[in-house]
Amino acid sequence: MSVLVGKDTRLLVQGMGKHGTFHAMGCRDYGTKVVGGVTPGKGGTKVEGFPLFNSVDEAVRKTGANVSVVFVPPPGAADAVMEAADAGIPLVVCITEGVPTLDMVKAAAYLKDRPTRLIGPNCPGIISPGEKCKVGIMPGHIHLGGSVGVVSRSGTLTYEAVAQLTALGIGQSTCIGIGGDPIIGTNHTDAIELLNKDRGTKAIVMIGEIGGSAEEEAAAYIKKNVKKPVVGFIAGQTAPPGRRMGHAGAIIAGGKGTAEEKMKVMKSAGIHVVKSPADLGAAVAKALGKK
Amino acid sequence: MKIHEYQGKAILASYGVPVPKGKAAYTAGEAVEIGKELGFPVVVKAQIHAGGRGKGGGVKLAKSAEECESLAKAMLGMTLKTHQTGPEGRVVKRLLIEQGMDLSGAKEMYLAIVVDRATGKPVVMASSQGGMDIEEVAAKDPKAILKEVVDPTVGFQAFQARKLAFGLGLPSTVLGQAVTFMQSLYKVFESIDASLLEINPLLLTSAGQLLALDAKVNFDDNALYRHPEMKELRDFDEEDPLEVEASKFSLNYIKLEGGNVGCMVNGAGLAMATMDIIKLAGGSPANFLDVGGGANAEQIRNAFRILMSDTEVKAVLINIFGGILRCDVLAEGVIAAVRQLNVKIPVVIRMKGNNEEKGKQMLRDSGLNFTTADDMKEAAKKVVAAAEGGAK
Repeated sequence: MSVLVGKDTRLLVQGMGKHGTFHAMGCRDYGTKVVGGVTPGKGGTKVEGFPLFNSVDEAVRKTGANVSVVFVPPPGAADAVMEAADAGIPLVVCITEGVPTLDMVKAAAYLKDRPTRLIGPNCPGIISPGEKCKVGIMPGHIHLGGSVGVVSRSGTLTYEAVAQLTALGIGQSTCIGIGGDPIIGTNHTDAIELLNKDRGTKAIVMIGEIGGSAEEEAAAYIKKNVKKPVVGFIAGQTAPPGRRMGHAGAIIAGGKGTAEEKMKVMKSAGIHVVKSPADLGAAVAKALGKK
Repeated sequence: MKIHEYQGKAILASYGVPVPKGKAAYTAGEAVEIGKELGFPVVVKAQIHAGGRGKGGGVKLAKSAEECESLAKAMLGMTLKTHQTGPEGRVVKRLLIEQGMDLSGAKEMYLAIVVDRATGKPVVMASSQGGMDIEEVAAKDPKAILKEVVDPTVGFQAFQARKLAFGLGLPSTVLGQAVTFMQSLYKVFESIDASLLEINPLLLTSAGQLLALDAKVNFDDNALYRHPEMKELRDFDEEDPLEVEASKFSLNYIKLEGGNVGCMVNGAGLAMATMDIIKLAGGSPANFLDVGGGANAEQIRNAFRILMSDTEVKAVLINIFGGILRCDVLAEGVIAAVRQLNVKIPVVIRMKGNNEEKGKQMLRDSGLNFTTADDMKEAAKKVVAAAEGGAK
């Protein structure tokens, strides 16, 4: 049981450069059905056994791809996302870090009237370990199939949380890395809504960080709609105001977006908030035990 | 990227946004020359990348050449402290000499453009309470801030500018001017990939002219590649030299005041979480340092070099969640860096990835001052204890 990606996923890789090809192989090795790649001008050739196409449209017609993952470098990333949407791909996962904000503003507006969902950019991707489907750059082997959904703005911190769960024998339904940029296609609330509806997901881990108000909005949604236990953590409790902490979106501006404020709102929404990132796994175990 | 007021105003002027006449001065002599050119009175404005300069004594009126010279002499080289500089303040190295505006009977307003995270669209904000700290206005009276969300497919429209102008209570005689002003400003925002444009105050003079009396222009770093000419405007004096050094090696380093536990982590989220857990263990993180997803030997060496130049650091915590990274390769890099840089302080390492045991064994066998830990909690505890031991 999973959301977004699973055994029916037919993955297309946009941007089959060194990086894209490496991770396309990683996804295939994990068990994902990777149907090909798009590199304009290289259509008709093959790389590492993957057939290449000149356009997403052509690739979709010839392979029946239904998910695309974007490794195209920043100047062309938004264009790649829009091309996938134009070709009718329902789910686009953009891994690329460093996409200009105004490019994303335009891409988001373009996607608004189309049925395509975007995950990212600047994210590790999505994995449904129980269905051996990985769409992204995360290390597959730390995951375990199960019933906990994970939503996070960061990469390695998500791996940390997942590794804690797996070490305790708690498997995951789907882990969604939504990305650390200020403008992202799918936010915490959207991802939690999906996991809440999924019958295979029994508990949710929500990992946020300083900046913006996405965690507060998700907390309000959870308070109203989610009966499943939710465990939360906010990174950046010691971050100084006004400084961008690596992620483009991680900044406390005008006294807003602090970890303290987010944790307070999350607690009042009934979320099991842990102060220490080392306690995430144990908190999920406890929350599942109670239910 | 942030730039100085005088640089921001030059950009605005090039797009037809009216700003007071003025020029940058690096010496008192230059300041006087510019003053004579403009005619007195002039305003002498300290150029640092922080707000609140007026209150800190960084904006003063000079009525004569003599006054201009003495003010410029006093301001150049002074350490200006404002609520945005922190207690250490900033040394003033450049001045903006600007024509003095007659503020009597003038209206001071606020105008800004940012990308709103919640809607994912640019928003043009205006308030009739100019010159004030806009965050204070927002907190006290959110209705005092007018907002127009821009549809990115068509851009900022004239009717939206008119709505803001009427909302600000501008007389209809300046309506055309206000629309042109705001639309030009939006054009700047889009054309240069700004992350923030702020005019505070936006002035309506008693003669009925709109002017950007101050200008804050920030750039979206991700888009700088398409504005190479803007990169020249970066003032390294305004940045922490260690942070500048780190950025040359694709390392993301931010120094924290008063900390003594250095940390080196891969990934921004995990780096923040590592700082948090150091604090929870009773210690005090000295920095944020993200070595990126990969973390190769060269980067580890440079990261160590930067950490070591902070003399407050008494112990270092390395927290690398490699996944596909090989821990023996990482260990090799760490050992080489510590030997090469002659690092004497304790180093606690927590790493996850392939060949974890082999990596740990290599660290133990190296004869260097390494401690290994299996998880974040243990690592934090050990490094805090080590830092305290070192402080004795």
